[in-house]
Amino acid sequence: MFVARMAALAAVVLGSASIAEAKTLRWSSQGDALTMDPHAQNEGPTGAMNAHVYDPLISRDPSLAKVPALAVSWKPIAVDTWEFKLRPDVKFSDGTPFTAADVVFSYNRALAPTSDFRSYISSIKEVKAVDPLTVHIVTSGPNPILPDYTTSILIMSKAWAEKHNVVKPQSYKDKEETYAVRNAMGTGPYTLKQRDPDVRTVMAKNPTYWGAKEFPGYPDELVYTPIKEPATRVAALISGQVDFVLDAPLQDIARIRQTPGLKTEETAQVRSIFLGLDMGAAELKYSDVKGKNPFADKRVRQAMYQAIDIDAIKAKVMRNFVAPAGLITSPGVHGHTKELDKRLKYDVAAAKKLMADAGYPNGFSVTLDCPNDRYNNDEQICQAVTGMLAQIGIKVDLQARSKTLHFPKLQKKDSSFFLLGWGVPTLDSHYVLTFLYQANDAAKKVGSWNFTGYSNAKMDELADGMLKEVDQAKRDKMIAEAWQLAIADMPYLPLHHQLIVWSMSDKVTIPIFANDSPNFKYSKIK
Amino acid sequence: MLAFIVSRLLQSAAVMLAVSFLCFVLFNFVGDPVNNMVGQEATAAERAEMRHELGLEDSVVVQFARFLGNAATGNFGKSYRLARPVSNLIVERMPATLELVAIAALLALAMGIPLGVLTALRRTSADSTAIMTFSLAGVAMPTFVIGILLIYVFSVECKSWAPAVGLPGAWCFPSFGRGETIKLGWWNTGLLTASGLKAIVLPAFTLSLFQMTLVLRLVRSQMLEVLRADYIKFARARGLTDRAVHFRHALKNTLLPVITVIGIQVGGLIAFSIITETVFQWPGMGQLFIQSVQFADIPVMAAYLVMVSLIFVIINFFVDLLYAAIDPRLRLDRARLGTAGG
Repeated sequence: MFVARMAALAAVVLGSASIAEAKTLRWSSQGDALTMDPHAQNEGPTGAMNAHVYDPLISRDPSLAKVPALAVSWKPIAVDTWEFKLRPDVKFSDGTPFTAADVVFSYNRALAPTSDFRSYISSIKEVKAVDPLTVHIVTSGPNPILPDYTTSILIMSKAWAEKHNVVKPQSYKDKEETYAVRNAMGTGPYTLKQRDPDVRTVMAKNPTYWGAKEFPGYPDELVYTPIKEPATRVAALISGQVDFVLDAPLQDIARIRQTPGLKTEETAQVRSIFLGLDMGAAELKYSDVKGKNPFADKRVRQAMYQAIDIDAIKAKVMRNFVAPAGLITSPGVHGHTKELDKRLKYDVAAAKKLMADAGYPNGFSVTLDCPNDRYNNDEQICQAVTGMLAQIGIKVDLQARSKTLHFPKLQKKDSSFFLLGWGVPTLDSHYVLTFLYQANDAAKKVGSWNFTGYSNAKMDELADGMLKEVDQAKRDKMIAEAWQLAIADMPYLPLHHQLIVWSMSDKVTIPIFANDSPNFKYSKIK
Repeated sequence: MLAFIVSRLLQSAAVMLAVSFLCFVLFNFVGDPVNNMVGQEATAAERAEMRHELGLEDSVVVQFARFLGNAATGNFGKSYRLARPVSNLIVERMPATLELVAIAALLALAMGIPLGVLTALRRTSADSTAIMTFSLAGVAMPTFVIGILLIYVFSVECKSWAPAVGLPGAWCFPSFGRGETIKLGWWNTGLLTASGLKAIVLPAFTLSLFQMTLVLRLVRSQMLEVLRADYIKFARARGLTDRAVHFRHALKNTLLPVITVIGIQVGGLIAFSIITETVFQWPGMGQLFIQSVQFADIPVMAAYLVMVSLIFVIINFFVDLLYAAIDPRLRLDRARLGTAGG
């Protein structure tokens, strides 16, 4: 009896599985989204997953240009106010209409103390609904790049949030999980059908999606399975158990390309990898040079720069999946130019001479702090650098650690020499300059990732200025000037811009996004 | 007997306390979870606030006392990574691990015992030599290598070799996950669907291989020893058939120590499953633990380690009791010692 019942149950489950097979795209990556609450975690994979269910006011197309989403147009109407005209006739997937009240609610939610976006949009003072289809965002002072910031803030249904008691983002103080962690109600191309964190997430086409005409024929269903182990993830793609892998390991790309029925797409990622030098300290904490700081001398910094054979790192360590960098921000970021991005020549003889001129003909020793689970082949990059610096007499003691140890160490300013990567969610140079080049000032909330001790009043003035300057031509000039200053002062040694490679079955077509966030409403599957 | 049980229970409690304290000391080295929990734009003040909110600034002893107090009431806190209560997470993941461990243990017994008997009875034959060589590989090869190898052969490459040797495509197994699962109350089982059964084959075999070879070698050596015993010679002298001698007399006496070892090894299987679960993306407790380590998700790590040590302690407790029950000498000695002491 029991067996018969179980068999019947099994038959039902298997039956339903075969029906659901129509136009399903199965994809995988290393790590799952942390939560479906759109304002609880400001983290790449979480945002990418949530953006399939929730829409922002303005979204980014595959070239990362701003395109209308829930807002159809936007313009500044005062020095500190932006006006957004909302898209009419949009419905949430439960059928309720979307209005300006939902926008006001969502922005206030993203500004709440438990929100992880609070600092990201801290320049927003107030969000007002003028009429059901018009919203004004008031900032503290002029903010010419506010529209760029809106692309990360997703809009949630106010009525739904109130009904399920999730008007505030999840907090770690509560004992219970909030309803929004595994449920969602947005206006996006998909609805959340099943959410089993770390195991399986299923999304079904949203029947009320406003963009159905604009994006015809995207997959009916998305099935996401995180697969942590890189070899297993690649095996799943090769054996046809998934259709799309976001992050195949670089050493397996050649193998995937050779496999019939599979293909890869690649583009430059908006993330640059570089080395930071503590040039501000009176004496380096981790070095055998006492009483003075060799990194304070630009000749030493430049010698180290010119001793790094970036082409060797590119070819041997990164399997050619990087673009050598002269600037620590990537193509695609506003203010990046090819001329600025040129590297100093690799020249060991010149480097040795610079070291001798600076008074270190025999070099010195220093500790390099490096993450080993954050960027592509991060530890191997540091190993390569260690060998290259030995050529000019700098004995590097390499300390590679997990990111959970590396970043806190940096934040305590407990490093003389470190590897760091930086992505730019706003796609504007100001984001890089303010976090990495402005002098660290907790009160002004600038320079919070500047662990080099670099401080230049001119740089601070330019970075502050470009935040407020609304005249685009003047602003562009300030950005260019700031980058020239950054290159001349050289607190960082640029290494490369990461490339991203997406691997997929050739049944799948999807434009690649340089922010490494796939948007499956642009995809098709045969 | 009661005094024995009580003293054993006290010892177990002491072990648990020591283990959980050690775990807590170790957590000081896994790093700071706060960085993973806030966006990179967060200011130093906001990070400090978050650390304060989580109680991470308190000393290890204070954090440990708080953890013990909460754990005593069944509250392991909320995962930093998933923002869900840890007890729910563990209960959700437990069925996957226990099913994998149960199937692996069954496989280990079902293949280990017959092969052990076979190699003991036909010590010099070519197939015995082959099996013993294979068992050496099973003992020596690391679990993740076996797992990846199985995935390569039975998942990635099988489409090309299976038809060539006349096997249907059914010999291809999924390389990851649990397949379709069915909820029976809170227990989420994968053993009642075709895809679930297919999905468990490779991970269960990977996990069982080490235990299988252990059982095989244990049965073999025990069997060889028993076969030399006087009562076997006597049984043969009585003119019993080989079958009766081998399976009724010899095997029965071989199995007692084997069952004891397997009991203890189940704890080991649960611990070993961390690697197997990672390789096959098996959504069990081991994988939850690994992901938590990378995130420095202290509440989950603490609960997992405490739970695994609890399983070990419970198994050892019952094994001790079982010994006492099976071997009256042990019990009597202790009783006599006890009265002598009093």
